[in-house]
Amino acid sequence: MERILFGDNQFFGVNHMSEEKGRAQSIKFQDVGAIVDVLDAAYDEGIRVFMCTTHERIRDICDHVRNNPGRYENFQFYPCMPYAYKYANAVTDYGMIGALKRFLPEDGAIGAILKGGMSVARKDLQGLAELLIDAEMKMFDGLRTPVVFLQNVVTDLLLGLGFHEAFRIFAEHVKNRYDAEPGFITMNLPKLLDALDALAIENPIVCANINKIGFRMCGGVAAYEKMIATRRFRPVAMSVFASGAIPPREALEYVCRQANVRSIVFGASSRGNIRQTKQLIDQFARPS
Amino acid sequence: MIRVALIGLGKMGISHHAILNTHPDAQLVAVCDTTAYVLDVLNKYTGVRCYTDYVALLDEEKPDAVFIATPSRFHGKMVRAALDRNMHVFCEKPFSLDPAEGRALAGIAERKRLVTQVGYHYRFVASFREMKRLLAAGVLGKIHHIRSEVYGSVVLRPQSSTWRTRKEEGGGCLYDYASHAVDLVNYLVGVPDAVGGTVLNKLFSRDVEDEVYSTFYYDNGMTAQVAANWSDDSYRKITAKVTAWGTRGRISADRQELQIYLSESGDPLHGLSKGWNIRYSTELSKDVWFYLRGEEYSAQIDHFLKCVEEGCGENTSPFASAARTDDVLAMMRRDSMSARTGGHASEPASGAAERPLRRIFSRG
Repeated sequence: MERILFGDNQFFGVNHMSEEKGRAQSIKFQDVGAIVDVLDAAYDEGIRVFMCTTHERIRDICDHVRNNPGRYENFQFYPCMPYAYKYANAVTDYGMIGALKRFLPEDGAIGAILKGGMSVARKDLQGLAELLIDAEMKMFDGLRTPVVFLQNVVTDLLLGLGFHEAFRIFAEHVKNRYDAEPGFITMNLPKLLDALDALAIENPIVCANINKIGFRMCGGVAAYEKMIATRRFRPVAMSVFASGAIPPREALEYVCRQANVRSIVFGASSRGNIRQTKQLIDQFARPS
Repeated sequence: MIRVALIGLGKMGISHHAILNTHPDAQLVAVCDTTAYVLDVLNKYTGVRCYTDYVALLDEEKPDAVFIATPSRFHGKMVRAALDRNMHVFCEKPFSLDPAEGRALAGIAERKRLVTQVGYHYRFVASFREMKRLLAAGVLGKIHHIRSEVYGSVVLRPQSSTWRTRKEEGGGCLYDYASHAVDLVNYLVGVPDAVGGTVLNKLFSRDVEDEVYSTFYYDNGMTAQVAANWSDDSYRKITAKVTAWGTRGRISADRQELQIYLSESGDPLHGLSKGWNIRYSTELSKDVWFYLRGEEYSAQIDHFLKCVEEGCGENTSPFASAARTDDVLAMMRRDSMSARTGGHASEPASGAAERPLRRIFSRG
């Protein structure tokens, strides 16, 4: 796994601190060219992974990378699926079953549709889930996706419901079909680790908020630190700046001090910020 | 351990299910829905006991508390069935489509000293809570106007028919979105004495309104304006914002932050200086034991369970207050119809500018 991952919240107006800042960013990045410029800056600074949702607009980024293989020789995507809002809205509009049917692939093999129909009829979660994962992965055809994440809204919903079998299904399909490592994003790290342990998913990749002030770290900072220090998993730290509540140096020093943290994901909108963040991570990573 | 049952497994029901399941003081004993398919899958993979008949669930499981997250038109009879069996009730919003029924149910619960709550989750968003605290402390001086807005992108084209698109079942922007804006006004500054100038407009829907605008009047001279539009594609998800203006400044709050502007010397007692003061959710939000979509969804459930456990103090969003919100929604509906037939639009523009044309939709 790469040490530094570039995130995508800033491109889609997601800002946990301010609606206004979020809107300003979505205006700035409504043109795909503006996103590509920032990705290029990150890539040129030595960040090779784009950890992104399966938002419709990522399709354009995928096309761009596919069309310029020379420019992006070592570029990797870590897709995070699904982009939950489209499902949530569909559940509201069409009900649970209607929504599922809408997202099963319409194009391509009739067999897939039949399989979907059969899966629905047999309450075969595995068949359904595999089709939904394939639908989300379609935009990454021919691109490198060594890690595939399950988004926190879905991870935490399944975790809460006790629907843990779904984690195993996700993990196996991602491994078997895409030769990728499964990852799980969560706001509830201690609970999720217990669930993954019980499923015997070994040394899982788990992405969670890891920041000095405990912002959205359910169970508290102390529990997280203990988990990171003692449990066997590969932590990916997100929300390390707590949406800007912690100054960069202080924030990164804290995260880098958690020795077992494998990767840090952050988003930025300018080359200056990307460079500064990367330099700080590199600096704190060196043993003093 | 509080034994809890859940009726209705739509979007909110599933979310409540996950949150309740993880609460250390609650035991989710059974769920109920009419979609057998969803129940079968849930039962197969999680083992939760499932019912298709809510009466059977209540009688056989005898839970201490019931969560009701069904389409709005079923709320009344289900809440009554639970109260009849002396069970505490958490009900999704809007509470009741018939305000008289809502008041009656609130009365029954009060007499039986049962804990009741309605899922107005914005009352549990840290920034709105802080706004209420500051307004109550008088930091703005005399409040003269409130603006409460809710926007989102639910209906962006003509829809297939579901209960949310049928007026008689509680569909429409008034019950779904404007109810939040109204409830926030009620929560922050109290219930209006009259409403006027209400507009319920259709944009894409056939049977229900997609946008709602209304002016509220208070006997002390304060006014409020409410705006809700669920057909605004520029919003990724439901977004609520409230601004209050007072003689000493203004406060704006949304889910993320609180912006406070104070004139004169600020308010040292509350740590507020002259000019702009910004408070972010990162500092205001309290930790929850389990996070799904937002702290407020967990916080409201925790509050309800605490009220049950501790024999209740004051609930933050009880039936009685939700029934008052239903009352205001009904006033708005009547006002909009009279505005149409009585002809607001036909009044000369010059006459409309000064005072409200009519303030007949007062509380009785």
